[in-house]
Amino acid sequence: MSTELAQSGAQALARREGSPWTGLWAVVYKELADHLTGIRMQILETLMLLTAVGTVYAATQSIRQTIGEDPFLFLRLFTTAREPLPSFVGFLGFLIPLTAIALGFDAINGEYSRRTLSRVLSQPIYRDALILGKFLAGLATLAITLVALWVVVTGMGLFVLGLPPGGEEVARGLLFLVATLAYAGIWMGLSMLFSAVFRQPATSAMTAIAVWLLFAVFWDMLAALISQALRPTQYGGVAEELAQARLQLLLARFSPNTLYAETVIALLNPAVRSLGPVLITQLEGAVLGTPLPLGQSLLIVWPQFTALVAVVILLFAATYVLFQRQEVRA
Amino acid sequence: MSVAVETVGLTKRYGDLVAVQGLNLRLNTGEVFGMLGPNGSGKTTTILMLLGLTEPTAGTARVLGWDPTRQPLQVKRRVGYLPDSVGFYDELTAWENLRYTAALNGLPSAEANRRIGEVLERMGLQDVAHRKVGTFSRGMKQRLGLADVLLKQPQVAILDEPTLGLDPEAALEFLALIRSLKRDGLTVLLASHLLHQVQSVCDRVGLFHRGRMVLEGTVDELREQVLGGAYRIHVQARGVEVERALREVPGVVRVTRTDGDTYRVEARVDCRAEIARRVVASGELLALSVDRPGLDEVYARYFQQVEADSGGAA
Ligand SMILES: Nc1ncnc2c1ncn2[C@@H]1O[C@H](COP(=O)(O)OP(=O)(O)O)[C@@H](O)[C@H]1O
Ligand SMILES: [Mg+2]
Repeated sequence: MSTELAQSGAQALARREGSPWTGLWAVVYKELADHLTGIRMQILETLMLLTAVGTVYAATQSIRQTIGEDPFLFLRLFTTAREPLPSFVGFLGFLIPLTAIALGFDAINGEYSRRTLSRVLSQPIYRDALILGKFLAGLATLAITLVALWVVVTGMGLFVLGLPPGGEEVARGLLFLVATLAYAGIWMGLSMLFSAVFRQPATSAMTAIAVWLLFAVFWDMLAALISQALRPTQYGGVAEELAQARLQLLLARFSPNTLYAETVIALLNPAVRSLGPVLITQLEGAVLGTPLPLGQSLLIVWPQFTALVAVVILLFAATYVLFQRQEVRA
Repeated sequence: MSVAVETVGLTKRYGDLVAVQGLNLRLNTGEVFGMLGPNGSGKTTTILMLLGLTEPTAGTARVLGWDPTRQPLQVKRRVGYLPDSVGFYDELTAWENLRYTAALNGLPSAEANRRIGEVLERMGLQDVAHRKVGTFSRGMKQRLGLADVLLKQPQVAILDEPTLGLDPEAALEFLALIRSLKRDGLTVLLASHLLHQVQSVCDRVGLFHRGRMVLEGTVDELREQVLGGAYRIHVQARGVEVERALREVPGVVRVTRTDGDTYRVEARVDCRAEIARRVVASGELLALSVDRPGLDEVYARYFQQVEADSGGAA
């Protein structure tokens, strides 16, 4: 039955004439302008900028003392925390999901509630262009915001510490941006999906925030609880503990927060050689504390990074399919 | 006469519910056609199928020769649609809202600006062009909706419940605007459940009932077909012979004595002069007036008849 439906849907899509992307740039441009001029985004962007300045300035104060000892001083700007402030990365992990959710939560149900959907779709475009345009505009807004933040951080490094970043540091910083964009894309994709599922923008916003809270606050606890229950350490052997730790890590990696955190750690900290539990034997021959070359770091985070991107694509695909099947009428 | 819109056996089912059933609709180029019927009779569903916004369960449609299901972009390039209770982006100005429509239609910037100025002026909105739409009244939004329709210079305009929610004066103004579209050579399809309000602008109408178009023709034709007469003449007269005299007037279809000395005469033509002459000859004429029954009455009478027929058959 459902395959039949899907087939007839697919046939309808295959039969139609004209590019599905007609009008895509008109949608991207309009949505982007909305995001960049909207009060909602301006508040969040100001907040992020202040946070960046605050945390990075605090970091420069800590780093001052260690100048000359650390070859990757510039990257420390991102990760150094100074009580009572968390690090820049820590703050971002908090603000990025909120911003991304704010960008997407009323993407579709907002068009219904404003009664603009049938008017827009009666213009010579397909729904494909509308949904992809909204998605791309959201990603572009996030990218612009992130690049601006990166420029602020780099600028502060230059002026406060007099510290020009090295080539590898710039590369790592940019990769960090790309990973952050993927992580943000997940939250935007999720809130857009909810905007297609729920009719009320308030409902989709609350649901997206609830999911974020689940992963940000409760997921690690759940992973620990479940792994202790399923792999109890009865005899206290290494094998048992390792099994439990592995299960816990596996469960934790179902959270985008874990995936993102692992990616960021390995990218911004060249000394990280492995993610997850490590046996002493595996470290044989490794000189602890020596930084890995960029390529090696990338290799470590590759699974995490592709998983982040895959989740973004999946969420978009789900939103796309759902939206294609919806009636234009509210 | 060329055909602008044609459907053959167009049908839409939602599960068990048949929203539109076997619709055969034909709009000639340049005419104003009214799809009239109560809420839920399938008007909006028909429109959505004509625009390719929802897929028909069965049957075919052609709009300006294009198939809305397979070639929706071709259709939507040439057809303007004013949805019922149209909405705009409240935080944008009227101009900005139209800019978006122009961009979606791929109009180059200069051309877009020229046309936006034109349509806003035509709708009497030039003074509020740069005000946020959130501050607009219902009537202004409706006119902006029509501006939005005209922006792409369509060949066909489809207007769903165009007078709904407007005060009587604004509704009349809006109907005049619709009439002006016809003068520009547009084909207009309008859907409404306010039969009496829109009947005056329609060249032809189709009456919808539970997904079927049960009657179709000019308003006069339907009056004639259903009520037997397109004119209703009220006569007040004294005299025993009056009723017989009235029946004999050429063109009279039916005479009913409403009370005492007043009669209701249904006639195919306006035969007041002849009535006056004959009543005066056979009695005493006190008053004479004529009115033309509206479509509401045609509609109500039609279903009385349908029910009476099916009741009689059972
Ligand atoms: N998405 C839908 N799912 C189920 N029934 C629907 C849907 N849309 C419309 N209908 C039903 O189809 C019928 C025709 O509706 P509609 O075309 O809106 O009528 P009108 O425009 O004449 O008021 C109504 O009974 C309505 O409830
Ligand atoms: Mg309707």
